[in-house]
Amino acid sequence: MSQRAFLAVAALVVVAGFLVSRVLTNQYYYFAAYVILQYVVLATAWNILGGYTGYVNFGTPAFFALGAYTSVVLIKMMNAPLGLQLVGGAAVAGLLGLGIGYLTLRLRGVFFSIATLALAVVLQTLFVNWEYTGGARGLSLIRPATAPLFGHYVQFLFEVMLILALFAVGVAAWIEHSWIGRGLAAIRDNEEAAECMGVPTLRLKLVATTVSGALMGLAGAPFPYFVTFVEPGSVFDLNYAVNSLAMPMIGGSTTWVGPIIGAVLLGTAQQVATVTISSALNLLIVGVILVAFVILAPEGIVGLIQRLARRREGDVRLAHGKAT
Amino acid sequence: MTSGAFLDVQQVTKRFGGFQALSAVSLSIRQGERFGLIGPNGSGKTTLINCISGTLRADGGRIVFAGQDVTTLPAHRRTRLGIARSFQIPKPFVSMTVLDNLLIPLEYSGHERTDGAVEHAMSILTLVGLAPKARVRSGALTQIEMRKLELARAMAAGPKLLVSDEAMAGLSASEVDDILAILFELNQRGITIIMIEHIMRAVMRFSERIAVLDAGEKIAEGQPDAILADPRVERAYLGE
Repeated sequence: MSQRAFLAVAALVVVAGFLVSRVLTNQYYYFAAYVILQYVVLATAWNILGGYTGYVNFGTPAFFALGAYTSVVLIKMMNAPLGLQLVGGAAVAGLLGLGIGYLTLRLRGVFFSIATLALAVVLQTLFVNWEYTGGARGLSLIRPATAPLFGHYVQFLFEVMLILALFAVGVAAWIEHSWIGRGLAAIRDNEEAAECMGVPTLRLKLVATTVSGALMGLAGAPFPYFVTFVEPGSVFDLNYAVNSLAMPMIGGSTTWVGPIIGAVLLGTAQQVATVTISSALNLLIVGVILVAFVILAPEGIVGLIQRLARRREGDVRLAHGKAT
Repeated sequence: MTSGAFLDVQQVTKRFGGFQALSAVSLSIRQGERFGLIGPNGSGKTTLINCISGTLRADGGRIVFAGQDVTTLPAHRRTRLGIARSFQIPKPFVSMTVLDNLLIPLEYSGHERTDGAVEHAMSILTLVGLAPKARVRSGALTQIEMRKLELARAMAAGPKLLVSDEAMAGLSASEVDDILAILFELNQRGITIIMIEHIMRAVMRFSERIAVLDAGEKIAEGQPDAILADPRVERAYLGE
């Protein structure tokens, strides 16, 4: 897809989202859509490091929570507007990402993954003990009741998250098709060979971890206003780690389309399960689907489609060969 | 470059924990030279070229390339200066096609970021005989094809010095000749080549000078005939 086509589609989606928010009045749909879009951002962000670069990050909750808590601090300190919360959350989580990037100098494979998981645990402990943001009890926040043009604030937040999702996908698509993406793919395939072929591996990995972290923080920044109550248990939820990893794997981790497909599919399934059965089933659903995909279609839905298309193309060519 | 050394390895030392992999190894290689590096397994050949290419950093000593001290430069910077290498165990970018494997160094080594990259890559593939495989995923290549891809990819980095790390191990006699022909051709084009090899027939034929490593020390250096006749070399390979 060309850049112009992407922007056109993005603008269309934003307008459609706005129009829908004028018509649809049932609040639940906005909550559900917000959560799914939030997963589009998280899965896309995860994929920049995990899918493109090959570094599996279990620390999504750390970045997400850091984004959320940055907003909490900004709200408490100066009642900052949402725009500032977004910028702040992305910046702080991006800095953490940069730090994680330096870890890749010494840690690869599962050791890197374990370190990111540990990071989430350490950070959670920190916030549990930080009274200013409510400690373990958590903190209630009052969000503006309405937003201009949108009426109810949740509708507004839904539109904001829609824009963030498009932004994240745009960033991922740009990286994928630029010289950065090609370098990251070389790192994923063989880091030593990449370095010896002139790829500045450390610098590119730092770009990947920083951008990935910043986007995760961006997803977390509006969260305090969304739920109006923030406590460590909910923002450091293991669900974020599992989902943001499973969604790209199921959708397909080598293209920007994959995480969207995975997030919409899994996110919707979880929302449906939450309403009809119980939210306790969410992780189980993810687990079962992930296992199925790892066994049956390790390259995800996108990979599966590509494989089928190639086979079809081969058949067509074969038929042609016979005909002539 | 003047008559001085093109690659000057001065007293390079490398330790892994308590193991002394290289002790004060010095080499001086002229521009355009075909240089052979031999020695028994574990003698430090690959460690030495890792220090030269930058995958490892030397603990002591200096490495000067084309008049510039590169001792502390990261590997990708050295590649851009003109030091390229192939790996003993092929390390292709497996998710990419053969052609894309070459486009990485073409794009990143700073020599070419233009539309001509694909043609340049194809001309290199033609040279090594991989042109028909350009669109094949590199993970699906055979052993010899992977060795050729290693050389082709190193070529794409636009090297002035090419380090070929056992490009022929495990190949048949005719395949060895294939690779040798490619290396001679590259040398004809003005590229200085360091060849690390166990296949004596190939090293002896190819090299103008040879250095012998044993247990991390350089025990001999000279022309192929002199090396073959050197009793220290025989001792290193065959024991007392």
